[in-house]
Amino acid sequence: MFKLISTQQAGSLTIYIDGQPCQVPAGISVAAGILLNNALPSRTTAVSGAPRAPFCMMGVCFDCLMEIDGQANQRACQITVAEGMRVNKQLSSGRPPA
Amino acid sequence: MKSNHELIVIGAGPAGMAAATSAAELGVKTLLLDEQAAPGGQIYRNREHIAAQTAALLGKDYQQGQTLIAAFRASKADYQPNSLVWSIDHQRTLGILHNQQAQMIPAKHIIIANGAMERPLPFPGWTLPGVMNAGAAQILMKGANAIPTGGVVIAGSGPLLLLLGWQYLQAGVPVKAILELSPVNNIWQALLRLPAALIAGHYLLRGFKYLLALRRAGIPVIINVSQLKACGDEHLQRVEYKLGRRKHHIDSDTLLVHFGLQPNLHLSELAGCRHLWHEGQQCWVADTDSWGNSNISGIAVVGDSASIGGARAAKHQGKLAGLEAAYALRAISREQRDHMAGKDRRWLQADLRIRPFLQKLHRLPSALLATADDETLVCRCEEISAGQIRQAVRDGHHSPNAVKFFSRCGMGPCQGRQCGSAVAHIVAQSLQQAVEQQAPFRARPPASPISLSQLADLKISDTQT
Repeated sequence: MFKLISTQQAGSLTIYIDGQPCQVPAGISVAAGILLNNALPSRTTAVSGAPRAPFCMMGVCFDCLMEIDGQANQRACQITVAEGMRVNKQLSSGRPPA
Repeated sequence: MKSNHELIVIGAGPAGMAAATSAAELGVKTLLLDEQAAPGGQIYRNREHIAAQTAALLGKDYQQGQTLIAAFRASKADYQPNSLVWSIDHQRTLGILHNQQAQMIPAKHIIIANGAMERPLPFPGWTLPGVMNAGAAQILMKGANAIPTGGVVIAGSGPLLLLLGWQYLQAGVPVKAILELSPVNNIWQALLRLPAALIAGHYLLRGFKYLLALRRAGIPVIINVSQLKACGDEHLQRVEYKLGRRKHHIDSDTLLVHFGLQPNLHLSELAGCRHLWHEGQQCWVADTDSWGNSNISGIAVVGDSASIGGARAAKHQGKLAGLEAAYALRAISREQRDHMAGKDRRWLQADLRIRPFLQKLHRLPSALLATADDETLVCRCEEISAGQIRQAVRDGHHSPNAVKFFSRCGMGPCQGRQCGSAVAHIVAQSLQQAVEQQAPFRARPPASPISLSQLADLKISDTQT
């Protein structure tokens, strides 16, 4: 969905999105890395299993929640990428019917 | 971290940086806490390290942020980035998370300058991947040199639509259309405020410059749009809207929306500060005096975290609040404070003259604010629709807080930040009341996520008072 403005700033770090190695520039947020690699949806909701993606990029909507280095429910827009970081989508098929 | 600071400023945007700089210059032991890794806030995000090419695309206003950042860096204020404030109370104790370590620290004086957020406005399909805030797209440009791969539709209301369209035009991003949803009839009320707005006419000139460039490039800028809808299964495929009675659609995988800004009131609400409904801004704002002081002793709320005035106004308000903190902490006399405030107060007043015009021009109709479509999800977290909220009101839950207890609307991870405004409008509309008669969701700690193990490991600093 997003690309870098200039090809000169190509990826310099490797992060693993659902186990797949992806090149990303240093210093960007995990959510930016997800959008640059078109790894959407970044989660499905616990309530209905609906697909979601980063929405506000500033930590107020909580729609970019992902599992980052083993910790669930992290705001991907607030965490900076690091070499070897493991980012997993939080997938749910939704709450069972009552 | 030692807690030998007299003043703690929260937020490194224009207001926070100006406040910390001016107070520290007067000898106040000042600490500035910020969530980001570098100063600038959202408006000047990544200004110090951004690629020159991207800075050029973002325009002069963004580039000029460097002056304020350099002054802050050169000041004696201590600066602790990557710090989350998860708690604040009326006794001026802050809960902070930094390097995984939670800590409670007291302060004699606090300036809340955590800025604004984009007004969340639920419309059909707004939760679909491919739909993002326009400000989020700017954050991607500033923080990651990232622009949309294909074409985009920009929709909503306010000057940011034109600014982002212009920035994308420079960057070579195909802008398929800009859809302005505020009613065209707003112009008559706005025109009455135009003479006063001419004092801050540079804003108007820039708006015309962007509009002209977009028109010349053949980008459709469509006004008086209604019934915006994002369509697709797993991802956005099509944007639908109405113009008059006719339905239109644009195929697009990216829709960037913006409906103006509202103060991010979570911290000031937790601190117990009083808030008022602002009819022009169509949101709650912090009730402060002309120095930024709230009703809570020793706590000021400034810049866009108090009331929307933009980055320039925020800078002047921050400076004034810094002087006031220095006076309250006895670093300067009242006369010195008043003397030093003169210029900033005048510039602030001149700068704010544009606001009533913009507020009237981009005033949103109640059908939009109160989510007319019953099927639309209002609470993104708990997935509660407008219809469910209306039903809750019919069932006797006559306030946003009552609706929250009954339906879980606003109880998810975002703690009501995204649905709060819409819920208040829906409840008020259902009861045929004015929205200011309602109280917003009550904010609850922690203001930001903190794990139980981090809480269990909490350090409580000695008081320095």
